[in-house]
Amino acid sequence: MKNWPLWEIFIRSKAGLNHKHVGSLHAADEEMAIQNARDVYTRRNEGVSIWVVKSEHITASDPDDSDPLYEPAKDKVYRHPTFYDLPDEVKHM
Amino acid sequence: MTDLTKYNYVLQHADNCLILGQRLGEWCGHGPILEQDIAMTNISLDLIGQARMWYQYAAEIQNEGKSEDDIAYLRDAWGYRNVLLVEQPNGDFAQTIFRQFLYDTYSCYFYEALMNSSDERLAAIAAKSHKEALYHIKWSGDWVIRLGDGTEESHNRMVAAVQELWSYAGELIKPNETEAKAHEEGYGVDLSAIKEKRDAKIREVLTEATLEVPESTYAHEGGKDGRHSEHLGYILADLQFLQRAYPGLEW
Repeated sequence: MKNWPLWEIFIRSKAGLNHKHVGSLHAADEEMAIQNARDVYTRRNEGVSIWVVKSEHITASDPDDSDPLYEPAKDKVYRHPTFYDLPDEVKHM
Repeated sequence: MTDLTKYNYVLQHADNCLILGQRLGEWCGHGPILEQDIAMTNISLDLIGQARMWYQYAAEIQNEGKSEDDIAYLRDAWGYRNVLLVEQPNGDFAQTIFRQFLYDTYSCYFYEALMNSSDERLAAIAAKSHKEALYHIKWSGDWVIRLGDGTEESHNRMVAAVQELWSYAGELIKPNETEAKAHEEGYGVDLSAIKEKRDAKIREVLTEATLEVPESTYAHEGGKDGRHSEHLGYILADLQFLQRAYPGLEW
């Protein structure tokens, strides 16, 4: 069991919302990963849908690259559409 | 007491849930891995939740001002009506899995049938519990297959578990007097009608697990009428200690 791969778990809390990363766990295969995720992450009614992805299939950005990756966006406020007047009827934008 | 047969019928199922829930709960903190530790305690809590619904109804039928807790905590072993299977020790993980699988293959079809009970309260308990039982059988059935069709070590342990527990499979679906009468009166399940489905499910899973279905039909019995193995006394010692030592204690 020590050799079981690690899985990243994503839970959709309600219909219509996105799946969100909630944590990781060990399981022998995808079916067991779903069952384990159900027991570990949805026992307090947190979810209506589960995705599991083997952790090794996730490619992450390098923290050392954060300056070239993210810094350039910081001074470009004009990329945020905050200058428009929204009608009241549009509630969530 | 208005209806002793119904009281005993309800008690049999309450006690099955409580004792198996207690047994599974013994794994808490000792599971083979964290995720399965949580899975077993989740199932244990499902069973104790089911036991509560049954005991609450038993207390109402009894109508002597007693609570669900009085019935669960203040009877001695011979008052318990659970089948012998559920009081068997956890053993290794394979034995716990197979005990659970034998119970789940029964409870799934039992609750499915009980949903048609003429007693609305029983039908409601069945509807809620059936959903949980479907998950339990998925969990235990998958593990029977994983271990049976796994490594040589896990296969051998499953073979040993089947040998150890097979003789406790029969009592579940062999009606005692209470169950026969409950069925006659329309609120109880006809166990002979679920036997075929249950046996087929056991066969299907064991075959996929590369395990042989034992041919023996010998069955230990007596639990449903209060004749238990020595294990039950020890379980009750754990389970009842607090209420016996500190009567009425709440927390």
